Amino acid sequence: MIALGRLKSWEGLLLAILVVVVAMNVMRSPYYLGIDNVVNLFQLSIEKIIVALTMTMIIVSGEIDLSVASIMGLAAVLLGCLFKAGIPMPAAILIALLSGLAAGLFNGFWVAQAGLPSLAVTLAGLIGYRGLARVFIQDHSIGGFPAWFDTIGQQRTVGPLTISIMIFFILFVIVAVTLHGSGLGRLVYAIGNNTQAARYAGVRVKLIKLCLFGASGLVAALAGILYGARLGSVRGDIATGFELDIITMVLLGGVSIFGGSGNIIGVGLSILVILNLRNGMGLANITGDTQTSVVGALLILSVLVPNLMHTLKTKWKERKT
Amino acid sequence: MNWLQRRVRPEQIRELSLLLLIILAVTIFGSLIPYYYTSRTFDRIAESVTIIGIVGIGQTLVVLTRNIDLSVGSIVGCTAYFIGALIAGNNGINPLAAILLAIAMGAVMGAINGVLVAWARVPSIIVTLGTLAIYRGMLVDLSGARTVTSDSLPGWLLNLARVNLLTIGMVRIGALFTIALSMVVIFQIGTTYLRAGRCIYAIGSNPDAALLIGLPFRRLVFLVFVISGALSGLAGFVMLARFGNITVEAGRGLELEVVAAVVVGGVNIFGGSGSVVGATLGAVMLGILEQSLLRLQISEFWRDALLGLLILLAVASDAVILQRLRTLWGRAELKVAPGMPPPVPETEKGVTNP
Repeated sequence: MIALGRLKSWEGLLLAILVVVVAMNVMRSPYYLGIDNVVNLFQLSIEKIIVALTMTMIIVSGEIDLSVASIMGLAAVLLGCLFKAGIPMPAAILIALLSGLAAGLFNGFWVAQAGLPSLAVTLAGLIGYRGLARVFIQDHSIGGFPAWFDTIGQQRTVGPLTISIMIFFILFVIVAVTLHGSGLGRLVYAIGNNTQAARYAGVRVKLIKLCLFGASGLVAALAGILYGARLGSVRGDIATGFELDIITMVLLGGVSIFGGSGNIIGVGLSILVILNLRNGMGLANITGDTQTSVVGALLILSVLVPNLMHTLKTKWKERKT
Repeated sequence: MNWLQRRVRPEQIRELSLLLLIILAVTIFGSLIPYYYTSRTFDRIAESVTIIGIVGIGQTLVVLTRNIDLSVGSIVGCTAYFIGALIAGNNGINPLAAILLAIAMGAVMGAINGVLVAWARVPSIIVTLGTLAIYRGMLVDLSGARTVTSDSLPGWLLNLARVNLLTIGMVRIGALFTIALSMVVIFQIGTTYLRAGRCIYAIGSNPDAALLIGLPFRRLVFLVFVISGALSGLAGFVMLARFGNITVEAGRGLELEVVAAVVVGGVNIFGGSGSVVGATLGAVMLGILEQSLLRLQISEFWRDALLGLLILLAVASDAVILQRLRTLWGRAELKVAPGMPPPVPETEKGVTNP
């Protein structure tokens, strides 16, 4: 019964949409479910879906992080500049990752410690970190990375999978366990539901929020480096505008923008829906902006339809009594 | 101190300090850049402030009600392109009709946002994130990725950007700038003295209370989205007049600049406090920073980094300094009127959910 009840819920809806989309795509092209296309499907948006995982935790805790795309850019650009300056690649990667962590903690400090609204703080981050990236790289483009680095983003090293896809799956498991199988996860939900109550109950709200933003920055930096590895070169405008796609993925997954509800399975399904939808529209020669607008419509409908159903249901009950 | 406390509200201190900051910035840039105090500098800054300023008024109203409108960039792009295409295909169109059509088109797009937020109760960030993409997709599809070019537009439209209504010394006030300025004045007076304007503040301060005392909650939220759309439509027309060449990329990313201006201008992102004049000062500050750093050349790349820092400073000073000032003011009021009930302490910042 519980399983049946779940199917009627959000995840059920997403699953139904997913089945329809995949069925339509398979009808269009018999090779659609071939391993090559499926790997390609993930590979083309791998950076966004990696960041969507930590974004899920941030939004569940009732905050938002608009600065992720700029942190991705900052880390990638920093990596490029350090490489150009002759610093060995592993050290450069480490520094780039640390810069992301620092940027995330900086956001977290203002949100958690100073109590500023995360929307404003990370908007400042969105503009500021992108600006820093521009300061470092100006209007140049840096490429010619060592072959092994490009391999990380492009080559299928683990069976048919690339290293970035492996990283995504590992992170997915980590986030799923943290959010749904650990005490920390329960605290994140508690904070999202009612920060004040959580604080009075002795939850270390500030520390947890700081950690969440730090993790978001670190993972965004990792995603930025992977993006650089996939493209083979970095520029100042790398990953611009990704934050909207990432947040759309999380919200479509049924995570409430007000925090405290939603789960990682929903986000996983929503990622699959969006990837398949975009790929299918690509097969039908529908271009980028139209694809984005279909995803946007889906986002609005995903909240609108349940709201209307709820209203109709209560009206119907009122009439009966 | 006492006369000051009676005459100035803490919220006004925020605007005054921003004004001081602007004067400080102009002084510093003036000493760094040769020929800074010329009409050319003023023209450049006024040009860049005009569009952000107009859209910023609508955004301020939306943010005051504890909502956000991320679709403004796409609305500006749509109206600029479609009205441009209309005028290009029909050069004899009445100028006033063209402006009204642009405003109406923006208002319709804003109304779609408003219905979804006010009556369907979808969170505004979700609605406008969606329509941001939908309106842009619509523009790209329906336009077939063509461009409106300035040589297909009639002369009056292109001259609008060059007409001077008033010249004070070396400073020339253009027609487009006057439109923006009059909008600021109208909406500042409207939000200060009109009943609907005060209700907008009430809704943002405490939505539950506003609903309980029977304010027309839904209608007002709908109204602010319509106004935001209409002003974005007007800004689209201004963009068309100023640039002449409009591609499908017009206005992309504008929403972030506008929200930045509003936040720098001291409008609380959780609604209920801030003003139209403040947001306009925020836009002016950003315009000065943008144009002046452009002139400094070496620091061109520092612009965004500084901008981010400025936003952070604006928000932080709002939380830390203004909170102190409000308590100080509150205490002074207690001393002045001992019979009054003690002010209810505000809930601690940052612990309420957005």
